[in-house]
Amino acid sequence: MKLTATEIEIAEILEKDARLTNEDVAKMTNLSVEQTREIIKKLEEQKIIVRYVSLVDWTKIDGHQGVTAMIDVKITPKRDVGFKNVAERIYRHREVKSVYLMSGTYDLSVVVEGNSLNEVAHFVTQKLSTIDGVISTTTHFVLKKYKHDGTIYDSDDKDKRIVVSP
Amino acid sequence: MELKTSYLAKHVRTLQPSGIRKFFDATAGMTGVISLGVGEPDFVTPWNVREAAIVSLEDGYTSYTANAGLPALREEIAKYIENYFCVSYQPESEIIVTVGASEAIDIALRAILDPGDEVLVIEPCFVSYAPLVTLAGGVPVIVQTNRENNFKVTAEELGEALTERTKAIMICSPNNPTGSMLSKDEMEKVAAVAKDNDLLILSDEIYAELVYDELYTSFAALDDMRERTILVSGFSKDLAMTGWRLGFVCAPEEIIGGMLKIHQYAIMCAATMAQYAALEGLKTGRKDVKEMRKSYRQRRNFIVQSLNDMGLACHNPEGAFYTFPCIESTGLSSEEFATRLLQTEKVVVVPGNAFGAGGEGFVRCSYATSMAQLQEAMTRMKRFVDNL
Repeated sequence: MKLTATEIEIAEILEKDARLTNEDVAKMTNLSVEQTREIIKKLEEQKIIVRYVSLVDWTKIDGHQGVTAMIDVKITPKRDVGFKNVAERIYRHREVKSVYLMSGTYDLSVVVEGNSLNEVAHFVTQKLSTIDGVISTTTHFVLKKYKHDGTIYDSDDKDKRIVVSP
Repeated sequence: MELKTSYLAKHVRTLQPSGIRKFFDATAGMTGVISLGVGEPDFVTPWNVREAAIVSLEDGYTSYTANAGLPALREEIAKYIENYFCVSYQPESEIIVTVGASEAIDIALRAILDPGDEVLVIEPCFVSYAPLVTLAGGVPVIVQTNRENNFKVTAEELGEALTERTKAIMICSPNNPTGSMLSKDEMEKVAAVAKDNDLLILSDEIYAELVYDELYTSFAALDDMRERTILVSGFSKDLAMTGWRLGFVCAPEEIIGGMLKIHQYAIMCAATMAQYAALEGLKTGRKDVKEMRKSYRQRRNFIVQSLNDMGLACHNPEGAFYTFPCIESTGLSSEEFATRLLQTEKVVVVPGNAFGAGGEGFVRCSYATSMAQLQEAMTRMKRFVDNL
């Protein structure tokens, strides 16, 4: 799909900060509020802006520290549908946060989140490994998130400049 | 034994401290302040540039470099200038790496001025220009620009200020504090004044990469201007390297030769690790510059509209990261406006008169700060103006 430079700019602005109001985005791009609203509506309708999300650091909230695992999955591709069929069977599970088709030594990279290590282990052994076509799985648990989706957790973003400078 | 009343030289005694400094003192100890008073990027130097400095230290490059700077850095500067400004300079004889663009301006003035020579200084301008002319033994001749003309100097205004002692015109485009930039056409007219009167142009092009609407043209790239232009730039603004104190100057061999004598006696050479960092910045930092420029443009659009919406008339600055709104409608002087805004809403702006008498009636607002901070600053400023 071909977008104008302004449409792309608005998508970039909202990707960085989805809380900006239409008025703010309009000022930033020198458009009218109405034009801005139209463009955002178009981006949403065409599923270019898929969803507005917040990045939450759950590890800071007592009782909400979940477990994230990244699982390498090898599968047998099926005639006509390739990997898609198995990928669909995997990503429909509520615990699965993302599924990517990979090049290299394994086929799918699956990110799974659960409340506890046991919950993730249960999902891998009982749900994922038993899917027809899954040959093997290798599970890596995430110990700490330093940076996610371009954002550094706990970054020291304090302004280190003096208050007035030439 | 009785001491003299002062050991200070007369021209230093009479020199006024920077108006920006005065205002900085007023903010000392305050908390919860949002600063639009900062003349430097809010970005941190790109990581690969910082890493290059770390690696240079790890590898033990801690000694002096050549007076004029690392040959590899000068070569890279020459390539960069050729690509971006379309002007060729010889790295070994026409470029010096300096301690910031500030040092470059200082040694340029000291190299070209005889006592009493006049330099046309276009105000409002960066705080150091006129004092540096004085310190070099010259006489700054102020040429005022005005809002009606978007703070752009005209050939006529320059012509009126010329005397037999005029040696050079100092220009910063895009300008600090107004953000105004001369178009190529307007530059040609200034260049014609220089050519007709055999003047040098001391061109501070530190904001050359931070332009938002038009392509940038260097004075040195105009017809027959390379030989009478001293091109000053640096890494502070586009690569967010203000604290590294690294700049450079390009000029014809004779002028650079003179400047190098002063540089070698006064400075010896710029810091070695900073030079390695800048080398990396020139080689790989263009993508970072592009990203920063895009972000500045969005913030510029936001702040200009917000200021105009609250009734502070503001021209659209073409470059740098400053706006210079007119605050005359409030009935306050620029110092009163800045002081009361700071006291009541804790927002720092710099009074326009810090940049010369022609800046009275204006304040400088830097938009080199995050969108979240800018939004809050504009909310507070609007409340302040509404309650006056």
